[in-house]
Parts: sequence; structure tokens; C-alpha cells
Amino acid sequence: MEHTSTLERVLRAIAITLVILFFIFPIFWIVLMSFQTNETILRVPPSIVFEPTLQNYQALITGELDTAAGKLEFDFMSNLFNSFYLSTASVALGLILGIPAAYAFGRLKFRGSEDIAFTLLSFRFAPPLLVLLPLTIYFQKLGLADTYFGLIWVYQLIVLPLILWIVRGYFEDIPADIEYAYRIAGHGFWATFFKIALPLAMPGIAAAGLLAFIFAWNNFIFALVLASADKQPVTVGALAFVTASGIQYGQIAAGIVLSILPTLGLALYAQRYLVEGLSLGAVKG
Amino acid sequence: MSIQLTDIVKSFKTDRVLDSLSLGVSRGETLVLFGPSGAGKTVLLRLIAGVIDPDEGRIVINGVDMEGVEPEERGIGMAFQNFALFPHMDAHANIASPLTARRRTRADIEDRVNEVAELLKIRHVLGHKPKELSNGQKQRTALGRALAAEPSILLLDDPLRNVDAKLRFEMRLELPRLLKAQEATVIYVTQDYKEAMALGDRIAVMGAHGIAQVGTPEDIYLTPADTTIARLFGDPAINLLDVVPEQGGGGPEIQLSGARMPLDTAYAGVVGRPCILGIRPETIRFTEAGAPGVIPVEIEAETPLNEKTVTLAATRAGREILISRPAGTPGPDRGTAHIAIDPSGALLFDQATGKRIHPGESA
Repeated sequence: MEHTSTLERVLRAIAITLVILFFIFPIFWIVLMSFQTNETILRVPPSIVFEPTLQNYQALITGELDTAAGKLEFDFMSNLFNSFYLSTASVALGLILGIPAAYAFGRLKFRGSEDIAFTLLSFRFAPPLLVLLPLTIYFQKLGLADTYFGLIWVYQLIVLPLILWIVRGYFEDIPADIEYAYRIAGHGFWATFFKIALPLAMPGIAAAGLLAFIFAWNNFIFALVLASADKQPVTVGALAFVTASGIQYGQIAAGIVLSILPTLGLALYAQRYLVEGLSLGAVKG
Repeated sequence: MSIQLTDIVKSFKTDRVLDSLSLGVSRGETLVLFGPSGAGKTVLLRLIAGVIDPDEGRIVINGVDMEGVEPEERGIGMAFQNFALFPHMDAHANIASPLTARRRTRADIEDRVNEVAELLKIRHVLGHKPKELSNGQKQRTALGRALAAEPSILLLDDPLRNVDAKLRFEMRLELPRLLKAQEATVIYVTQDYKEAMALGDRIAVMGAHGIAQVGTPEDIYLTPADTTIARLFGDPAINLLDVVPEQGGGGPEIQLSGARMPLDTAYAGVVGRPCILGIRPETIRFTEAGAPGVIPVEIEAETPLNEKTVTLAATRAGREILISRPAGTPGPDRGTAHIAIDPSGALLFDQATGKRIHPGESA
């Protein structure tokens, strides 16, 4: 441990505080906003002193909001459910398809494997709108437009390359000798995959799954174009708060808070797992 | 033959690691594969284990051609140089893995794991994960895993490489007994010639172009096939001197610093041919001046090792010679001295090829 003076420690603490403030403040401000009415949010100058209200959350849960222009109806809770359903199903499908593929690309080098892997990665290069325009036509012809299945399929464009490339790296990092040793001990290819490769790559799979979930959760454009109101996730659903009579900042803030919670919970849960996996230890030494 | 390899060829990209290699190992024999790193020892073990396939050639184990036979069907036990323990399983599960694969009963597995652990003195750490084990314990666990299912063939890839010197010494004494008790056919890879000599019924010395010599430890030590092998076995290393044998009164002889060293008459064919004379340091002794065949030398340095003392001396012509004598025996440590060479142990190699010249060989 190098010597650090008191001054250095203080400066370091200040720097860390500044960084944390920079990243946390917007979220903190949104949380505050979610407990305010539109009037207190929009007052000038802004203040953190206000009378907290739960009416934003209440409105979101009941799906009704009384505004100056009349009663506004929306279905935020079903948006939340859609987000949850689409993200979970997409990540599940992505893992089922991506993990064996990652193993194949990482372990069993075959002709053209690099090209195929790169092609899959290149899905992430194309601007989504470029893909969406032709896709919309195909989906309408195939009857996939406005279906969960169709959306989950399109979500693979985001989820699959991510899972594939992250998990592949973890498979490649497992010393081949460990797998050989299990084979020589008398276990077959599949037993080796499930009992050795999969558990040892689990931290990578957890990380990839978490990231993929966040990416899927935050996706906006696919659902906007390909789904109608009853299939739309929160990202698109939040548009309902931009009304003819003004923008409902309070509800948007409350909606953001509610939609952060699942990913936050998942991240906190997975974090334990990630750390445990990373400390599993090396082959030797 | 328990293992028979015929004309094995294996390349990685453009690098031909094994070129037309053939080797047989008899049932119950311990064969040591000895050679520098990069000679293909580990590749050979992996080919036998079946985790990689040869480009050409046949591998026959216990009479069965192994082409298309998966590693898990070969019934082999293998210990890896880097141990390759399963990091997420404890030592017990590691050792038990070949037994679970063979669908033994729980009680059976328990008995066998304990037996192996007892043998290897790791019973007290069976519940530990690999990262909680010392290197010595890891090495024993890896060995236990290889032994657990009592395979008829054991492949040990330099298992003592990554353990400390003390443990290596202990295991070198312990392993032959352990391996004999297994009654298995063993292929043991090492880069340590002492380990090779201590463990091998036979030693296969691998060079850059496959197997350079196969023989018992005595064969390899006393009649190495070429100067490279002669240098690899023996510490201190063999003395190699450029000489041209001449025709003397009683047969071929060598002139060394004015002294004449007679050769066996079977070497008559080498007269006038540039040779390398190989003399083991322990076949040279210090003696008094005046006796026939004695060579005067200048002592340059003396290195006492534990069980022997090695002296570096130079002849008048400036050739350096290593002399080894048992520790505690008298010998000069500076100035001028005289040495006598026992000609019966001398080896002759061809200067151009480095190959050993057999007695009776003609020029």
C-alpha cells in the first residue's frame, strides 16, 4: 500500500463525491419529481422543499388521471407487464440459443466460425430503423406484427449478439485441460458441457443475461414500430404522458422509478452471483 | 503390447510436431517420455488420451484401434501438468469423478475415494475446494483422480513439475511404489533426467524429430545414441572432447595432452576419423604423476555438491574437463594435478553427425 497523505485522501473523497453526484443526481431528482405535482415540478426556481404526494403512483396504478383537459386513461401497469414479459422471454430465448452457440464458437473451431460470429455481432452495427422498415412489411405479411412472438424474435437482434460474445469469452477462458480431464475421467461431451463448462462460465452468463435484460428493457424503437398499444413496453408507454394538455412530468417520473425497480433488483441480485463467480479461482497457483 | 503407436503424424498449422512416430509400451511397464519442452511429449499423451486426433497413423490400446473412440470410452487415467482440477468441486468430488462416470454405487465410491486419499495422504483435505489446497495437495488430488478408477493405462504429464523441490523429492521416491501397486501401464512425461532414471522401466528420449532413443535407464546412460542425449543425462554433464584416434602399438588410441589413451580394439575402424570423445566425470580420477596415461591438468574451480565434489580442470591444450568424485574423498583443489581416465567407459561419437560410433563399426 503506497503512502497517502491526509490531503490526498480528502481530495480523493471529494473527487469520488463529485462523480457520484454527477451520476446519481438525475436519478435522485427524478425520484423527487415522482412525489410532486406538475405545478411544484415546474415552479421557478426549482426547490427540493415540497409537499410529497402519492397521486402520481396512484394514477399509474389505477390507470386514470384527472387533468385540466379532462379524464386521461392509460394502461401503464400493462406496459410494465409487457416490458417484463418481453425482456424476460427475449433473454431466456437469447440464453437458450446463445449459450450453445457461444460454446461452439469458443471451443469447437470450425470452418467459417469466425465469419458467422462476426456476422452475428454486425447485427448491432446497423441502425435499428434500417432494419425496421423492411421488417415491418415482412412482419405484416407473416402475421407477426403486433405479436409477442414477433417482438421477442426482433429483440434477439439486441440480445443474442451480446450474450454470444460475452459468454464466448468466458468459455474460451476455461482451460481446455479441465474439460479434457472430465472427458478422460469417463464423462461424455454433454455431461462435460453441463457439469464443467456451464458452471464455470456462469458468472459470464449472469453478466451477459443481466446486460441483455437491461438492453431489452430499455429498447424503444422496435416496440414503437412493430407493436400496438396493448403489446407496448414502458419505454413506449411513457409517450402517453405527453398529452395535448401538456406533459405529465410527475407521472413520467413515477413511471421511470417503477420501471427502474425490476432492473435494479435484478442487478443487485446478480451482483452477488457475479462476485462469487469471479472468486472461484484459477486452475493452479 | 498395451499401447502401440504406429507412424503417428501430428501438425499444428504448419508446425509438424510429431513426424512418423512409432512406439510400443508393454503391459505393466512404466515408460518415461523424456525431452525438452516443445518436443511433443504432451501432444503424444493427448493423442493417446483421445482429446486430440492424429493427422495420420494408428493408435492401438489393448488390441483395439482407437480411431473414432471418444476419450471417455478409452478407460485411461491421466494427470495433467497444470493439475486441471475442477475448480467448482471439492477434492472428494474431483477424485470421485471417474467413479461417478462408471456409475459405481455410492458406498463403492466412498470406499475407493477414501482408499486413494489414504494412499496419497490427503484424507484430511477431501472437503476442500482446489483453491484451498496447497500445490502439493492439488498435485496429489490430480493423481488421485487419475488413479481412482484403477485404469489399465495411466498417463502422467509431468505431475511433479509444479510442486516444490522437497515434495518432488519425496514423490520421486514414493511414485515407483505407487505405480507398481497399480499394475497399470504407465506413460510418464518429465523434463528431469533424475526423475526419468528413477521411474522408468524404459525411457524414450524425444528430440526435435520424434523419438531419438528408447532404452532402459542404464542403456541411455551408458550408451546414449548421440551427443545430445549424452549431455541430457548426467550431472555434471559428460565431457565431450574433439579427438582424432590414431593407430598405436596395440590398437587404436587417443592422444590427450601428450598422454596416450588406448581404445578397445573393436574401435579399429575409427582411426583417422574426426570423433568426439565422451567421458563421464565420474570415470575420471585424480592420481599421482608418473603413471602411464596420466594427464596433467590445471585446477580451475571446485564445486562441492551434497554427495559429490565436482572439479573443473583444464588440460595444457586448454580443454576443460569436469571431474566428479564422491564427497569426502581426497582430491586437489588448486594448482596442477594429474588425472587418469578409465578408457572402458569412454564413448566415441562421430564429429559430423554427433551419433555414437558402435564398437566394430568401420569408417
